[in-house]
Amino acid sequence: MNTGGYNFAYLDEQTKRMLRRTILKAVAIPGYQVPFGDREMPMPHGWGTGGIQVTAAIIGPDDVLKVIDQGADDTTNAVSIRKFFAKTAGVATTTRTEDATIVQTRHRIPEKPLHEGQILVYQVPIPEPLRWLEPRETETRKMHALSEYGIMHVRLYEDIATHGRIATSYDYPVQVNDRYMMRPSPIPKFDNPKMDMNPALQLFGAGREKRIYAVPPYTKVKSLDFDDYPFEVQSWDQSCALCGAGDSFLDEIITSDRGDRMFVCSDSDYCQDRQAARSKEAAE
Amino acid sequence: MYVSVKGGEKAIEAAHALLAEERRGDPAVPELGLDQIAEQLSLGVARVMSEGALYDRELAALAIKQARGDLVEAIFLLRAYRTTLPRLATSLPVDTDRMAVRRRISATFKDIPGGQVLGPTFDYTHRLLDFDLAQPSAQGDAARPSGEPAPARPLPSVARILGEEGLLEREVPGDDAAPVADLTRAPLSFPAERDARLQALARGDEGFLLALGYSTQRGYGRNHPFAGEIRMGDVTVEIQPDDLPFTVEIGDIEVTECQMVNSFKGSKTKPAQFTRGYGLTFGHGERKAMAMALVDRALRCRELGEEAVGPAQDEEFVLYHCDSLEASGFVQHLKLPHYVDFQSELVMVREMRKAAAEAAPKAEAAE
Amino acid sequence: MSAVDQPLLRVESLTRYFGARAACRDVSFDLWPGEVMGVVGESGSGKTTLLNCLSARLRPDAGRVLYQTRHEGVVDIYDLREAERRLLMRTDWGLVHQNPRDGLRMGVSAGANIGERLMAVGARHYGEIRDAASAWLGRVEIDLSRIDDRPRAFSGGMQQRLQIARNLVTAPRIVFMDEPTGGLDVSVQARLLDLLRELVRELHLSVVIVTHDLAVVRLLAHRLLVMRQGEVVEAGLTDQVLDDPQHPYTQLLVSSVLQA
Repeated sequence: MNTGGYNFAYLDEQTKRMLRRTILKAVAIPGYQVPFGDREMPMPHGWGTGGIQVTAAIIGPDDVLKVIDQGADDTTNAVSIRKFFAKTAGVATTTRTEDATIVQTRHRIPEKPLHEGQILVYQVPIPEPLRWLEPRETETRKMHALSEYGIMHVRLYEDIATHGRIATSYDYPVQVNDRYMMRPSPIPKFDNPKMDMNPALQLFGAGREKRIYAVPPYTKVKSLDFDDYPFEVQSWDQSCALCGAGDSFLDEIITSDRGDRMFVCSDSDYCQDRQAARSKEAAE
Repeated sequence: MYVSVKGGEKAIEAAHALLAEERRGDPAVPELGLDQIAEQLSLGVARVMSEGALYDRELAALAIKQARGDLVEAIFLLRAYRTTLPRLATSLPVDTDRMAVRRRISATFKDIPGGQVLGPTFDYTHRLLDFDLAQPSAQGDAARPSGEPAPARPLPSVARILGEEGLLEREVPGDDAAPVADLTRAPLSFPAERDARLQALARGDEGFLLALGYSTQRGYGRNHPFAGEIRMGDVTVEIQPDDLPFTVEIGDIEVTECQMVNSFKGSKTKPAQFTRGYGLTFGHGERKAMAMALVDRALRCRELGEEAVGPAQDEEFVLYHCDSLEASGFVQHLKLPHYVDFQSELVMVREMRKAAAEAAPKAEAAE
Repeated sequence: MSAVDQPLLRVESLTRYFGARAACRDVSFDLWPGEVMGVVGESGSGKTTLLNCLSARLRPDAGRVLYQTRHEGVVDIYDLREAERRLLMRTDWGLVHQNPRDGLRMGVSAGANIGERLMAVGARHYGEIRDAASAWLGRVEIDLSRIDDRPRAFSGGMQQRLQIARNLVTAPRIVFMDEPTGGLDVSVQARLLDLLRELVRELHLSVVIVTHDLAVVRLLAHRLLVMRQGEVVEAGLTDQVLDDPQHPYTQLLVSSVLQA
């Protein structure tokens, strides 16, 4: 396919500067959604255009990029985005979390702890945590400005009253730095604790909704709860069928039409590392 | 033994190869040329240029060919290309009074200076399939009739004639020095000004605007419209280079303009007069221009002190949902894997069902 | 001067125009702790505009609304920052709408409706919030078994009582009421009025109640303002105004009720 000559990482430099200014502002006001002039990208809205624009704005020739979707490096959209940057920026790519300088993700935070200097870029479909209640941007912006967040707990109250527990399992709302209410993007609540005081910079890009927000390194991120109904994460009775991990988020795989199933790590890099270590142990 | 799925990359490449094959169809059938698309599917090309926000027939034709005739996909291709283009200059406002008119009708006056010009229109055709078209015409290319020559003199618009009598609201002249809103550079904010609204509507999905415009007619924000004038033809685009004392013509473009004239009973501060709704498209895009004018007028409810009762009058609703790229992308992103979210919900639902099952026998025992 | 010697709300020459027409003009009065002020007049008399101006929802063109805060002395509510004003409205003040749909969240349960104001000011213990909601349901005579039902399933009278509970849960000092009995059956109205009268007395509430129904103010209000064409034409103790009206318009208003 002949794609002619595009700039490094696709976007023109002026657009990247605009994005970088937006990102700086986002880092300066943790959890605050900064509007930006979203560009049309050569992939559809809702398929990661926000995250891609953020990555395009921060990536340099020396960066090493990892892209995951649902925790895995080999899901089709992750492959497609990784290829996009390999083609338009010529950067090195990796599947190893610890080797990456930038990790772009959809729906997961890697199991291996991130370290200082790394940047985690989230793809965000709907950035507004108050949207479920109030469809109007003018009103939600005012609620943020005035810290009127009581309504978020109304939602949790309703869950407990109806289901006896907080029935939100992903995209679980958090408060950042004791100030802004934030949607962590549709990561499972299992991953929420990883956001808190993380040494890596976390950037969130919502292209269609034209918002960028950030959690700077070592920033407090608190999942909403009640004193008598504290925040809890998912757990499984099983361990990963491939690597035996009992501490990772598991995908459920249907293995037969009789409904047999097995559970494996959603984080493919974590799982492979553990499998390699096991076979090494077995060999020794 | 389960082995996790690999080879996403290969699968994608294979899918692309298949797509190319499907696009080409039966190789025994001659391949479409861009000139054929541009000339013979010109209304499709016009829509792609309008909503793709780029006036280039050849690129629009290419997009349509590559998109296998899916116009929304073609609009996407054109937009994604357009966003990478440098901005060399900003044109001056086009003067549609000086349009070389090929079609011009008014539904408000029987006769108007310059007359009614029917031009190339589907109106009054009986929608009967013309089976003669099933075969290439015998006369071939020679059959093209020479159209009526476009009137050389400028045609004052009906809106201008009404405006001189004070019956139609004056368009408040904008500050020429102030920059015009540009949604491709800066995000929408609310309340949106009319320049930003018109830009969003001009790029907006025709089907969505058509339905919204229709809804105002059925009572969801009625605004008593009359088609004051619809005109289609060529206008000249000019730029004013920074260092030159004169303007420079850079070419002609075909546009369709609709000036809707809407009854307005007046308010406490304003006497009764007619108000306006405005629509403009690249190429011949009459249905879109009219729908856009209806929605433009509906969105002016705040400014005119009307109560917003219909969806078409709800600025955030209309402007946040009119873009086909955003809508199509987000609807279709549901195809992407959601294993993790779904697994999270599965775990929760199972826990809740387990808790309910454990509670049930106890409740029975207690009775 | 101690707070006890001062009115809770002092309204000075309040004026609000719509276009060239004054919807309410030069209205002044004091509201004391525990006092119920009735505002009567036919529709279009400006009483709703007045209520909107008083309750911080419509900025007047002239005049002041001075509020005696708990700790910060007297403030003009329109001089407050929006954040402060909104905080006041969900703590110290209450607002009961004529249509309960405007004052309730129809999509969440009765318990959450009552608990919302508590959560808005920082309550984070589910059990305590639920206990408070239960207690208030009891006080407004709604069966406890309805706590997890949505107000959609409630009768008009129950919705109105729920709206009152939702307002009173933060122990406000002033409640603004806009035709709280409008649209209810007569028997339901009577029950609601009894309840309101009890609550006002027990909680020592100050109330501004706008209505066209003289029977409502006769039962609830200590003092009355009679409005016509945006102006107060008569003011005084409720019994005095209703039994011995001075202004011809008030006389007309009173006599029309008697004839009815």
